[in-house]
Amino acid sequence: ELDCITIRLHLLSDSEKKAPSVIDRYFTRWYKTDLKGKACEDHCILQHSNRICVITLAESHPILQNGRKIKNINYQISDGCSRLKNKVSGKSKRGGQFLTEFAPLCRITCTDEQEYTIFSCIRGRLLEVNEAILNKPDLLLEKPSTEGYIAVILPKFEESKSVTEGLLTRERYEEVLTKRNQQEEPC
Amino acid sequence: MLSLKEKDRPIVRKLLCAGCCVRCVLRFCCVGTCSAYRRSYEDIHKELLAFISEESSPQPHDASGEEKTDEPPNKRLRIDEGSTEASVTAAQTDSDICPVCLGVLQDFCDPTFAKQVSDAVKNQQYEFNSLVLTVSLPAQLSVREHSCWLHVKKEIREKSMCLGKEDVIQVKDAFKWAVQGKIGQELGAAVLANSSCEVSVGFMHPETEEDCHFLANTCPDCFKPTKNKASIFTRMAVVKALEKISEEKFSRHYPCPPKKTNTRCTALDTTCLHTSVFIAGRYNKFSRELPQTPWVIDGERRMDGSVEELIAAPLLSSFRADGFNFSSSGREDVDVRTLGNGRPFAVELLNPHRAKFNRTEIKQLQETINQSSDKIRVRDLQIVTREATSRMKEGEEEKTKTYSALIWTQKAIDSTDLEFLANIKDLKIAQKTPLRVLHRRPLAVRPRLIHSMSSIYLDGHHFTLKLCTQAGTYIKEFVHGDFGRTKPNLCDLMKTNADILELDVESVDIDWPPAIPD
Repeated sequence: ELDCITIRLHLLSDSEKKAPSVIDRYFTRWYKTDLKGKACEDHCILQHSNRICVITLAESHPILQNGRKIKNINYQISDGCSRLKNKVSGKSKRGGQFLTEFAPLCRITCTDEQEYTIFSCIRGRLLEVNEAILNKPDLLLEKPSTEGYIAVILPKFEESKSVTEGLLTRERYEEVLTKRNQQEEPC
Repeated sequence: MLSLKEKDRPIVRKLLCAGCCVRCVLRFCCVGTCSAYRRSYEDIHKELLAFISEESSPQPHDASGEEKTDEPPNKRLRIDEGSTEASVTAAQTDSDICPVCLGVLQDFCDPTFAKQVSDAVKNQQYEFNSLVLTVSLPAQLSVREHSCWLHVKKEIREKSMCLGKEDVIQVKDAFKWAVQGKIGQELGAAVLANSSCEVSVGFMHPETEEDCHFLANTCPDCFKPTKNKASIFTRMAVVKALEKISEEKFSRHYPCPPKKTNTRCTALDTTCLHTSVFIAGRYNKFSRELPQTPWVIDGERRMDGSVEELIAAPLLSSFRADGFNFSSSGREDVDVRTLGNGRPFAVELLNPHRAKFNRTEIKQLQETINQSSDKIRVRDLQIVTREATSRMKEGEEEKTKTYSALIWTQKAIDSTDLEFLANIKDLKIAQKTPLRVLHRRPLAVRPRLIHSMSSIYLDGHHFTLKLCTQAGTYIKEFVHGDFGRTKPNLCDLMKTNADILELDVESVDIDWPPAIPD
């Protein structure tokens, strides 16, 4: 059996790069750029094959540029609503706050006093927000696509496919980035 | 001889007058001997007539009984006690039907019907040496029974006697006593109170279906609204309402004795049901492209075959079962192999037409399954009881499982980087419901234990990790961390991004089912 493994590994090649990652295997990447007209405030929505979506910052988001540091992350988006209070129960996830595309998830303040709002981008039930980044904001900077995720949302069953209709594919997103670079938009 | 007493005489008279069949008469006289009901209709009839004529008062003429011996034995005598002339009316065919049992205890107690039932059972080709007979009667029979009982009660109360409803023999019992001997004989099997093979005989009577309806007005709380447009007049609901309703109210809404009908009951098809048989064993899965259960999305099959279908197919055909339920001690993903002794499973075979197999035959079945595909293998195949299957799910949190995983690391490693893993014992981890199952599982945090680990270095970015964990641990998520939702995870321990390329289950540490030596 060891021989089989060694043969397979030679095909994979002994290097940093390897077979598809967890995200590559299970998720499709979708993007929403310039949220609410704000330049470069791009989000990346990871859609699992089972229709669950993870909201993350796209690599082009201002928070992730120029060595910015995070001062504060606030899930209290209004007087009456804190995403931290979100509670779901049972298999059907009853009780989760229902979100529309422009529902705010959190507000992030950087050390340079810049404030950014992160939005849901899709319709669905909020399952959880990432509390790990409250304690360790660096996670968001170091691993924005994995441990630094913002929230997990479950779209309605009937809307599982249509939920990404307003979003950009990876290809289209890269085109947007290319165009920006050509126009030299500062972020 | 029927063991009728003096006190029964007025009851017999009153019931024959009302048009009851002879077996219903016996029931209301509380005759509890099975053999009485097995006798032919004419026999019982003759003896009843003789019984009531023992008194000096009005002599009945049983002219109609004698004249029509060739006719179906469901004529009865009309006795008009008041008149000096014995008014014997040749019973019309449409008034021949007993208003209490609606014919169930008449023609259906003949050997011909018993043979019909037996033939229907034979056609379905079950193997059995005993059976239990169940009878289902239309709900309105309870109403008619109640009405007849009140009718009889009135009569004997005047003679200061008492007849409890529980003392009256039930139609079901009388019917079974009448037919089970013949059925048992035809099928060469004992008819018992309990058996794994159930033969069901049912009757219906559309003509009188509305007999119960008045009860919904008098006792509305007994009748719960049903889903699926099913009738609210279930047997249980009707019986409950009859217990509640006062005699006076009942008599106002329903004739006592019950009115005659134009038709008799019709028999429903005889059905047979054998209790489920449970087959247990352990299975190995050697394919990384085989789901445990059929993988269907939106009615479309996404992957061919499944562990359960491969195991159940030969069982379904040998046991000639209608269907199956598959369960096992945990499950592995499509892309995970199950090695070692395999995973315990149990198959419930529904309505098996054949249930008795000896050890050799079961061994043969095991061989058949193993020959059918190289993707799976089963061992320790055996018939078990339903109760025994609970052993499989027992102690799901205490049991352990061992795995072997092919790990990729982002940072380059050498064999010394892995040594620390062997020193970790009973590592506590907390796993939020993995994202990949979160759509169908509740969101929760599961505390789990990684009991021990060991590793085999392969190259700069790969090694084999062996783990022994508490049952219910998600191994893949322990390795890659699932967005940090499993903590701690292997990435944390090794301080690098890591991923799992392959996973094998090496053992499922449950000592059930018992091993069967080859």
